[in-house]
Amino acid sequence: MEVSMTVNGRNVSADVEPRTLLVHFIRENLRLTGTHVGCETGYCGACTVHVDGKAVKSCTMLAVQADGTEIKTIEGMANNGELHPVQEGFWERHGLQCGFCTPGMIMSASALLDSNNDPTEDEIRHGIEGNLCRCTGYHNIVRAIEYAGAKMRGVEPPPPDWEGGE
Amino acid sequence: MATKSALGGSVRRREDPALIQGLGNYVDDITPHGTAYVAFVRSPYAHAKINSIDTSAAQTADGVVAVYTNDDVAHLGNLIAQVVVVRGRPLLANGEVNHAGEAVAMVIAETTTQARDAAELVEVDYDPLPAVIDLKEAAADAALVHDDLETNVVVTWEAGPWGDEEGIAATKQTIADAKARDDTVSVTIEAVNQRLIPVPIEPRSVVAEWNAGYQRFRVHSSTQVAHALMGAIKTTFNLDANQVHVTAPEVGGGFGVKLNIYNDEILVCFAAQRLGRPVKWTETRREAPSSSIQGRGWTATATLTGTKDGEILGYELDAIADMGAYEQNFTAAIPFLGLFVGSGQYTFPTHWKATCVFTNTMTTDAYRGAGRPEAAYYLERVIDAYCREIGADPFEVRKKAFIPQFYEGATSPIGFTIDTGDYGTNLDKLAEVADYEGLKAERDRAREEGRYLGIGVSAYCEVCGFAPTALSELGFSWSTYGLPAGFYGTGLVRVNPDASVTVVTGTGPSGQGHQTTWAQIVSDRLGIPVGKIRVIHGDTEESPMGAGTFGSRSLAVDGGATFTAAERVADKARKIAAHLLEASADDIELDEAGGHVTGSPDSAVAWDDIAAAAYLPHRLGESSLEGGLESHVIFDPPNATWPFGAHLAMVEVDPDTGDVKILKYFTVDDCGNVVNPMIVAGQVHGGVVQGIGQAMFEEAIYDADGNLLTGSLLDYPIPTASDVPFFSLNNTVTPTFCNSLGAKGIGEAGTIGSAQTIVNAVVDALEPLGVKHIDMPLRPRRVWAAIQEARG
Repeated sequence: MEVSMTVNGRNVSADVEPRTLLVHFIRENLRLTGTHVGCETGYCGACTVHVDGKAVKSCTMLAVQADGTEIKTIEGMANNGELHPVQEGFWERHGLQCGFCTPGMIMSASALLDSNNDPTEDEIRHGIEGNLCRCTGYHNIVRAIEYAGAKMRGVEPPPPDWEGGE
Repeated sequence: MATKSALGGSVRRREDPALIQGLGNYVDDITPHGTAYVAFVRSPYAHAKINSIDTSAAQTADGVVAVYTNDDVAHLGNLIAQVVVVRGRPLLANGEVNHAGEAVAMVIAETTTQARDAAELVEVDYDPLPAVIDLKEAAADAALVHDDLETNVVVTWEAGPWGDEEGIAATKQTIADAKARDDTVSVTIEAVNQRLIPVPIEPRSVVAEWNAGYQRFRVHSSTQVAHALMGAIKTTFNLDANQVHVTAPEVGGGFGVKLNIYNDEILVCFAAQRLGRPVKWTETRREAPSSSIQGRGWTATATLTGTKDGEILGYELDAIADMGAYEQNFTAAIPFLGLFVGSGQYTFPTHWKATCVFTNTMTTDAYRGAGRPEAAYYLERVIDAYCREIGADPFEVRKKAFIPQFYEGATSPIGFTIDTGDYGTNLDKLAEVADYEGLKAERDRAREEGRYLGIGVSAYCEVCGFAPTALSELGFSWSTYGLPAGFYGTGLVRVNPDASVTVVTGTGPSGQGHQTTWAQIVSDRLGIPVGKIRVIHGDTEESPMGAGTFGSRSLAVDGGATFTAAERVADKARKIAAHLLEASADDIELDEAGGHVTGSPDSAVAWDDIAAAAYLPHRLGESSLEGGLESHVIFDPPNATWPFGAHLAMVEVDPDTGDVKILKYFTVDDCGNVVNPMIVAGQVHGGVVQGIGQAMFEEAIYDADGNLLTGSLLDYPIPTASDVPFFSLNNTVTPTFCNSLGAKGIGEAGTIGSAQTIVNAVVDALEPLGVKHIDMPLRPRRVWAAIQEARG
């Protein structure tokens, strides 16, 4: 079947098998391998992208269902080399270790902050509970999102925990 | 005590810019031109005879390139394993399957979906056989996993101390005498340390190419041990080391799963060679529990004997450990790692025994901590039970039993030499930072209000930094993979002609940040900024040997080698600078800019000039210096390292639902000197949450027929962000003398200290109800049931 969509601002179209998942379309047809496959069953969130501005697990959606939508993947987050505040937060606050869940985590976190740029700890934790991370214990991911929220609000982020903030 | 080191900065990670922009290259992102894809046919039975395999329909399905069964690969032999092999794994099932999910056939097609579709068409005729799953039944040989063997028992590890039969008998007698005294009590818990599925978020993946002209394999695999894999491939295919180039690129979490050699890795190489095109396999989450190793899986009785006023006189552990159906890399050695720390950091006589048995389940092997969490769990649980029995304070009892502080080695009752330790100071700090007295008052106030708050504490001592080549006699080497080399560290430091630096290490990280930490080590010695230093890892062609990243060994061993290599390069750079400045090398200081004469900043030569002179040897004139500016160091430390620490958790249990909430969590870890506190904190966070996952959520459950009931992330819930709190991390610093950095290792400490901390806290919370023990995982239903039972 023929599908067309906008991915990271670029118009793309292709002929795909009806059963093709959006994540496979992104990775294999478009060769955008920053979106990862962790479980293919919707639990882990490593494949999270934005579909029309909303965070969606791209293994739970068929490519044909995304026809006509606007998709953003991790590769579209930085703007002319300038990192998105959530990307910056993950770097500054050690929000990643192996990095495999990170693209999905960043996409979920940025969607969360787009709707509320001053979330409480609980709101952050609930906001990303559909994204599994096995490395960080989430501590520094929550701190990274707090950092990004502060940046998006134009205020100075709190100092990192390892500088005595704990 | 601190050894020399100006390290210790929380430098932002060098690897992050790629990873946060989706520019990391994991194995599944690597697809050479012409790649064919693999799907495996797996057994639905835990134990069955294979009568026949009909691949004809699959052979002719759309896109299918080949279908292979045992007949095609039997000439390659079984999968090679490193330690105590009674029964290794066939590459593909050999007339019999011994666990559900065992690979029976391999289908290769033009696309993954075609391969998976065709795998459905392979018809296998099975005759089911009785399966043995329960550990006690397996140990009693109720049914045999391998009917050509006389027993399911693979090996029994016994110590008291280890390797000394007279010592074991004497220890048993000492403990029996203590039990016979009127002033002592013995406390016993029977507890399960349940099987776990490690779940790195990146499924394993391997892609192999064979060049028939050069007769070389090029392999990318999601592995922690690239060199061991290279060795396994070269041995299986009868090649030399330089004919097999294995790279572990970005590895999306390991935790021990990827510290193994797998049949799929060998089979993908076989297919690539046979077909003359690249072949790739990527594990699905659904098959991962039977294509990748699992961890833990013990049941044990732990008994502590001591006086009624809190002096511990003896500890006994009698455990059965689940090996699964076949041994892989380290399978039977994992309980042995528990034995290393069987007596923890304590002085009391210890009789420790673990019987390793086959069952009709997936193989077990190293999962973060690997034997040490199990050992610490039983010891620290039963100490707590003893404290509760005699009404003593868990801090005081432990402190009394600790080995007193030592800095030049101490022998444990189990018989191993621990490098350095200062356990009392560490535990005192935990009481202080957690405000133990305040927490107790808070808990007691809550109890008066009818709330169930509990405080759990655990100390731990672990062993890591596995390296000493003397340990190769115990299997700590890659000898069976055709690499007669121990787990020593390797570090290569090269200043390039433009004064940038390339570092090659024998380890290969899976999230631990080696690119950053190693750059810090080299920068510290040379003065060249971290941003100019590139670290290459996980590549068998760049480094002749490498043990890999596991057992919290990388920094203590390969980091130590890299430190020394950097020092040697610095020495030579000083000599070159001295030659160029016509000064004495002893007077040269190195910094970011280059070399200068101490006290004379104007008498200086830039790094550019030092590096250029090294590569333009005529400029070295009559200095007798050779060209080049690099050093490759092999470092064989005198001992493993023995980090330690103590954790405290405060939890609240809802008595109506059994729900457990972690209110506070404190750690005081001691991993010696720290290179990058930010990275160390991350390791502790992740480690603690994996321990919490075991304590509260995770359990691999097989039914009596050997069907895995927890094969998806729905049935096997790992912790989410909502399940855990922020953590308060603290440390003490007791450096090791085993390496120049004074660093011990931190990768597994969090996991080793945490599970029993949580369980002790929940048991404490329910003490008013008389609950003395609940088995992990402490899911609400189980906690609720324990409350109901206690209430009668």
